[in-house]
Amino acid sequence: MKRIIPMWIAIIGGFAMMLSSFVPLAESAGEMFADVFNVVAAIAFVLGAGSLAKQHLEKLSRRDAGWGYSIITLGSFLITLFIGLLKIGIHPNPSFPQAAYSGSNDAEGSAWSWIYEYMITPLTSTMFALLAFFVASAAFRAFRAKNTEAILLLVTAFIVLLGRTFAGVVLTGWFPDWASGLRLENLSIYVMQVFNTAGNRAIMIGIALGVAATGLRILFGIDRSWLGGGDA
Amino acid sequence: MSGGNVNSTNASARPWFERLDRVDRRWIFLLMFLAVSGPILWIGVTGKTLPEAPTLAARAVFQEINQLPARSLVLISFDYDPASAGELQPMATSLVRQCAAKNLRMVFIALWPLGSQVAQQTIQDVIRDDYPALKEGDDFVNMGYQAGNEAVMKLLLTDFAKAFPKDSRGEATSNIPILKDVKMVSQFPLLISVSAGYPGSKEWVQYVISAYNEKMNFVTGCTGVSAPQLYPYFPQQIAGLLGAIKGAAEYESMVNESLAVDGVATAPKYLQAQRRMGPQLVAHLLMVGLIIVGNVIFFARKRRGAA
Repeated sequence: MKRIIPMWIAIIGGFAMMLSSFVPLAESAGEMFADVFNVVAAIAFVLGAGSLAKQHLEKLSRRDAGWGYSIITLGSFLITLFIGLLKIGIHPNPSFPQAAYSGSNDAEGSAWSWIYEYMITPLTSTMFALLAFFVASAAFRAFRAKNTEAILLLVTAFIVLLGRTFAGVVLTGWFPDWASGLRLENLSIYVMQVFNTAGNRAIMIGIALGVAATGLRILFGIDRSWLGGGDA
Repeated sequence: MSGGNVNSTNASARPWFERLDRVDRRWIFLLMFLAVSGPILWIGVTGKTLPEAPTLAARAVFQEINQLPARSLVLISFDYDPASAGELQPMATSLVRQCAAKNLRMVFIALWPLGSQVAQQTIQDVIRDDYPALKEGDDFVNMGYQAGNEAVMKLLLTDFAKAFPKDSRGEATSNIPILKDVKMVSQFPLLISVSAGYPGSKEWVQYVISAYNEKMNFVTGCTGVSAPQLYPYFPQQIAGLLGAIKGAAEYESMVNESLAVDGVATAPKYLQAQRRMGPQLVAHLLMVGLIIVGNVIFFARKRRGAA
């Protein structure tokens, strides 16, 4: 039963969504399943929070390597949850002044917006900025002209790296008009719009065919791997 | 001590390319730090930016917004979070600025959990600070974040209010003047997505634009890593495309030029993308240099091995 009921929900929901795109009569069924999906997506947040807490509490109780980070994760999670749910520092919505919790978490000056502005923004930006350092190190150690494919990749990287900055204009801007196609900034656009587009379209068509095949296998109940283990 | 001497003797006996190949990666990190921080300081002190020549894709974004009649509805989806703000915020700022200057009515939505806050910040920086005459609810509204990814997009096709039942202030969609006559997403002549990945521009094309290609136009700004995946859709499904900070700088220069007032300097917040092109230039040159040095080492070692 644990496998059969979810499988039939997926089959009915999948066919309803598919038919709603082609059959006008099935449009309302498609809308209903889209609504249901939104509710399930909202519930998934609760499950996700529960799973996060469980995983880190287990790590703490076993004193696994890096358990100190679990304390920080759980602490940050609980503080943010507490502030968000209780809407600390938020004034009621002017339309409903009597309702204490009617204000928005996005309101300026709220504790949540303070966390967003002074903690989430700098922390996530820092993490993203670190990429530049690792990419530079990788470029030095791994980007070697070992074979023809690697040479092609190197040449493309040079064209795009230089063509996407003012360096391209300085280096090749003096090319006469009849050779303007060879200017680095134009070459980088050409690489992106022709070679990249052709390659990406091939990949996308391949993925689309794969998704369609897998989707049909799930809809017809042939592929049940998504249900995971457990009793039938 | 003696072990240290042996090691240092061995190290000095190694050929130059071996020593260079084993250089501590922290030196590379330091070079990258200098490559980025130097231009930031220089541009900060001098205020000078590099000139930009807008490409076709960036010009198309500007044109799509510019050709809309005043009071047209524009749906702007903030599909990113602060992690990508360094790359995407300058284009979001310029997009909202051009829409506000054109007196378009803007509806902000977010499909990323923190997108609503990014939208709110942009509203504060652009609309509230520089276009205070625009009224929330009449001229713009932030509908906040909605969970569900593609399902939200599918719902927008048939029922906007169902997908976003209230705005970020808690006001019911049916009571918001700007959305009074909006039933579905196709009533927006222009959709703009500032996207850092999934769900974002690609999903907007697949689920919304492919259904309404004739009725609504779509322009997008995206991160450098996702731009190659979006070029196949330009210009049929995506009418205009801003790829990474370079695209943002091109577009920003066009918006600044169109809104320039004689004798009034452009505010620094509207020069963020162009200012970031300086560090990008030096960082890219460093990368090219590192790749060349790495390959010189590779060929020197290969020659030595063959000899």
